[in-house]
Amino acid sequence: MVVEKPSLDTVWAWLSAVPDPEIPVISLTDLGIIRDVQWHDDTLAVTVTPTYSGCPATTIINLDIETALRGHGIEKLTLKRQLSPAWTTDWLSDTGRAKLEAYGIAPPQPAGGPKQCPRCKSTEVEKISQFGSTPCKAQWRCTDCLEPFDYFKCI
Amino acid sequence: MSDHLFEYLCRMGDNTLVLGHRVSEWCGHAPVLEEDIALANTALDLIGQTTLWLDLAGEVEGAGRNADKLAFHRDVWDFRNLLLVEQPNGDFGQTMMRQFLFDAWHLGQLKALMDSSNAQVAAIAEKSSKEVTYHLERARDTVIGLGDGTEESHARMQAALNKLWPYVGEMFVSDDVDAALVAGGIAPDPASLRPAYDALVSDVFLAATLKKPQDDFAHKGGKSGKRHSEHLGHILTQMQWLQRAYPDATW
Repeated sequence: MVVEKPSLDTVWAWLSAVPDPEIPVISLTDLGIIRDVQWHDDTLAVTVTPTYSGCPATTIINLDIETALRGHGIEKLTLKRQLSPAWTTDWLSDTGRAKLEAYGIAPPQPAGGPKQCPRCKSTEVEKISQFGSTPCKAQWRCTDCLEPFDYFKCI
Repeated sequence: MSDHLFEYLCRMGDNTLVLGHRVSEWCGHAPVLEEDIALANTALDLIGQTTLWLDLAGEVEGAGRNADKLAFHRDVWDFRNLLLVEQPNGDFGQTMMRQFLFDAWHLGQLKALMDSSNAQVAAIAEKSSKEVTYHLERARDTVIGLGDGTEESHARMQAALNKLWPYVGEMFVSDDVDAALVAGGIAPDPASLRPAYDALVSDVFLAATLKKPQDDFAHKGGKSGKRHSEHLGHILTQMQWLQRAYPDATW
């Protein structure tokens, strides 16, 4: 039972601790999919945008948000889906990009391909497939260290 | 207007539903692992878009139906997809030719719908267009790669084009539903998308060393629902059997 409403900053901090279910190294706020958090009287309204329209993680993400916030004592909660403006990888935070690279996933680049191999940092890379293990990734390969790696697609 | 809008949203959602199902049939069967994953991802995007279109269709209809009800509890004569998307997969080349012919239309259509006077339609189009840009890029590259490939792959791609071209015309035909949506500023006139489509596919066929068939005869009847090909019924027996056998079963 929450006697006093937590501040919006506190709620954002709680959400920043919720990992993405597919790429747990980054959080939902790193991913940039939480678009808004507001109090409407005693109800907390969280607005979420999907990454890809068919991404199976979307329902799990909503469940994880709800579980986290209920765990902090939020009882009245609504989740709203917002399609427009459509999610873009520009909303990935700088921290999120750095965490992706450290994890072995090349972060998105405006040029359309990875800047370097996330393992050996060579810039000699080539595309294997435009699609990868999740809708948000493509498969690339380093021609120096020969390791295949995921690239977070730029959309 | 709401009847026409419902009809229109079913057309959008049924195109992505039926093609998404067709493409998903490749899962575990594609020529190489990367293509298998690419096809499965494409199918996933299309099914996701289906949920958005058909949920909105259900909302507009106001009879308590959602995307699942519309997808799994309608019969062949209620489907409004283009005949192109229900055509069998054939070989990998034929599947990619069908994808290219559809994607080239789909992206033009979605870009026009982004200017829709209906904000929900515009939002779904904006979301989908990002995914479909990617689909078109891959389909185009594959059509060029296989068309301008070996003697065998070239022959197969030309055969696929000859077989599927008669299903292209239906995408640009108008009826009362289109006219009503054009008047409401909700959707583009289908015929207005044709010049850009023809220019795009001609460029790609040139690069792919493929010959576009001269005859523009077009099979019709899918988007109006008047006459689907026999294939749609077979798709539905696969797609709907669980909900038919166990109505309203959930995970």
